[in-house]
Amino acid sequence: MPATCSACCASPAALRRPKTGHALCRACFLAAFEEETHRAIVAGRLFRPGETVAIGASGGKDSTVLAHLLQLLDQRHGYGLRLLLLSVDEGIAGYRDASLAAVRRHHRRSGLPLHVVSYRQLYGWSMDRIARHLGPRNNCTFCGVFRRQALDRGALLMGADKIATGHNADDVAETVLMNFLRGDVGRLRRGAGVGPAGGEGAVPRCKPLRHAYEKEIVLYAYFQGLDYFSTECVYAPQAYRGYARALLKDLEAVRPSSVADLGHSGERLLLRSDLRMPSRGTCQRCGYVASQTLCKACVLLEGLDRGLPKLGIGKHRRLRDKLRDGQPLTQEELRHLGAPAEGEPPEEQEPQGELGTDKEPWGRRELRGPQDLNF
Amino acid sequence: MCQAQEQYGGCGWPQGRPRVGCAQKCMKCKEASPVLVIRVGDAFCKACFREYFVHKFRAMLGKNRAIYPGEKVLLALSGGPASSSMLRQVQEGLSRETAKKLRFIPGIIYIDEGAVCGQSLAERAETLLQMETILQASGFPYHLAHLEEVFDLPSSILQHVPHNPAGPKNSYKEAVEGFIRQQRQEEGGGPPLPERHIQEKLAEFCMQDVPRTEGLATVQTEQLIQLFGSVKTLTAKEELLQTLRNHLILHTARAQGYSKVMMGDSCTRLAVKLLTNLSLGRGASLAMDTGFSDDRHGDVVVVRPMREYAAKEIAFYNHLFGVPTVFTPALDTKALEKASIHRVIERFLYGLQAEFPSTVSTVYRTGEKLSATPGDAGLAPGAAEPERCLLCSCALDTNVEDGSALQAILVSEQLSQQRLPAASPAGRGCCQGAEEQRGCCTNTTAPGADARADFLPLLCYGCRLTIKDMTCLESLPLYVRSEAERRKRRALMKLEIQEFLLEDEAVNPGES
Repeated sequence: MPATCSACCASPAALRRPKTGHALCRACFLAAFEEETHRAIVAGRLFRPGETVAIGASGGKDSTVLAHLLQLLDQRHGYGLRLLLLSVDEGIAGYRDASLAAVRRHHRRSGLPLHVVSYRQLYGWSMDRIARHLGPRNNCTFCGVFRRQALDRGALLMGADKIATGHNADDVAETVLMNFLRGDVGRLRRGAGVGPAGGEGAVPRCKPLRHAYEKEIVLYAYFQGLDYFSTECVYAPQAYRGYARALLKDLEAVRPSSVADLGHSGERLLLRSDLRMPSRGTCQRCGYVASQTLCKACVLLEGLDRGLPKLGIGKHRRLRDKLRDGQPLTQEELRHLGAPAEGEPPEEQEPQGELGTDKEPWGRRELRGPQDLNF
Repeated sequence: MCQAQEQYGGCGWPQGRPRVGCAQKCMKCKEASPVLVIRVGDAFCKACFREYFVHKFRAMLGKNRAIYPGEKVLLALSGGPASSSMLRQVQEGLSRETAKKLRFIPGIIYIDEGAVCGQSLAERAETLLQMETILQASGFPYHLAHLEEVFDLPSSILQHVPHNPAGPKNSYKEAVEGFIRQQRQEEGGGPPLPERHIQEKLAEFCMQDVPRTEGLATVQTEQLIQLFGSVKTLTAKEELLQTLRNHLILHTARAQGYSKVMMGDSCTRLAVKLLTNLSLGRGASLAMDTGFSDDRHGDVVVVRPMREYAAKEIAFYNHLFGVPTVFTPALDTKALEKASIHRVIERFLYGLQAEFPSTVSTVYRTGEKLSATPGDAGLAPGAAEPERCLLCSCALDTNVEDGSALQAILVSEQLSQQRLPAASPAGRGCCQGAEEQRGCCTNTTAPGADARADFLPLLCYGCRLTIKDMTCLESLPLYVRSEAERRKRRALMKLEIQEFLLEDEAVNPGES
């Protein structure tokens, strides 16, 4: 039986909404999806008139739909925003170069200004080179930490007041599950992203698609004929998040509302008030937001530069202290931190990008070096 | 964990683990030869393992100081490994010498759920017989109940009863000292301890009022099967069963004067429950649902003393010390792998545990960091009695906040059902007038939707999902429906007199 649209009662339905189970026609779905995003923006008071908003654009479905929607809703409802596209080039051959091409196409079509910051330029290391050092695991740790900073730096360079990212309800649900599986209480408190405006970085962040199902984002892109790049990152299959993602897919298959239910749970979690929470300070070396004396990016970089890529991964506090005090590490300890075994050929150097230009907001990269390691 | 010299053929040593040779001694007493490895490298002999296991139970009770001396405690026994092991721990504790003796008065409840778990009458009678043997052997007073009895529950079971202020108000230490003093006096020739007296009487008493399967009203069995038949998903069935079971236990506890109920949830079980309830939208009540003590009912407090034991530990204890268990099929026995949220989570967690051995304990420890009371999390404490969910008695978590997931869901539902505002590009449709719109847009909703619409506001987010999976609410037990009626009438009454109420306005704004 061809169902009719439950919103307008006239047209035959074209899809069943994953979020509510209602059958809708194409026009009603698009309108509902846009209206929902608008209401989420208004209810969450995400933007103020006159703000410059950098849209974190990866070229994937979420950010493409987000950029499209923000432009559309800004015109329709008169938010009065100045929108920009901000991309991060992690330096992953076969993945990011192709998706950046999609961003460039969007940039040309939409007329939104585009700025690209690259890991090589900011940190002197591309993800491909990091992965060669590190092996198949933990790549996402580096990439995630670096991207957080890279987006902030890019946004500051462009003079943006806010960063809007394309995180959707599935991402939020996965994060809730993952924080529980890893016992990350600090992140649980920040929960499903409600928290104080501003988040953790230097530039306030918002997620306008936080309540949108991933499947509906794809449906929207499909019906709107949006062009996006869809391939999984070559390093992603090894990530821990993959487990949470697989679980969420299973849960959604059993009960489609699970995605939103997890979001609701995450928002309503109450944590004990007597817990010690990491306090927010600044990194002694680069001035970025940090809960320790050094920010995670600086610790990870230090590990890379010393040829001990696992220095910043897991709990190596004792070894870090030893390094700081200038004590020599044993072969065993070095191996533990991911140092290459003796006799392996040293890795060829990649041409370094120009570091520490005075344009950089934290132009202190030159200080990088083992002599002032201070954890 | 692995047992040495296993009687059933042995499994061979896992690769890459430190081998525990027969030459090695128990790491605790350094004398006896070990029988099992508790953690990597820690081999225990049988006696030390028992000591360790028993100590954990007593430490859990001692640390939390929730059970006062002389208090009546109802042990919820399912016949499974964890609750059976819990019963053994209580027996061990009560048989100790005076200084280390547990000082509460236990009773046991077993609920026969055979009707909804696909057991025939003969099978149920068989299971009951096995259970009764165990119960009688325990020497504690016991109560056998059938799930069918939920149809006779009074609606007061759904009401929060404030904790009796006449109970032990003084500190735990004073209560213990007072109890010991009293006991000494009695031993010195005074009258016998009233509790002991009661206990003995109860033991006699309970043997008689055991309901038999033969006498069970088949009408109610059919009602029960019909009720579960009206639930569309296994997920919701599991939730409903849990709710009804809890109500029945609570009723027995209240009727027989027990002020504590002990549940045998193990660490492994709780980890599964944490992730399951998280996925069911019960984040707000997670700490209540899985914490050591759960006082949502007010007068009867549920405690979970087995929460530090891993399922494997319990299995080894039961195996080594001959703790009898009874296997009863559950709702999801023989169900498909992805039949319910509960199943999916359980399979996922056990799978991950095999790869990352700290998974279960990490999830459990994360759960311990949650707070049960909003007051603890920085909100005004004790401002007012919160509105509670009709079914699970948790504080309602359905206030709609700006930018919340709940608000987004409501908006989506609203936008998918009615015509969009004219400003949208979808301004084409049949429903031009309000009358017409009403006519054609309500025809999609099923009959009985009105009853549901009345019901949903009384429930928390998680229980709403359960009720939404039911085709017909008529088959719910009378006590649920009449309490729902009562609350609805109260709410209407309150609405009528709203303008004259003074303090209530400040208490729950928007909740009417």
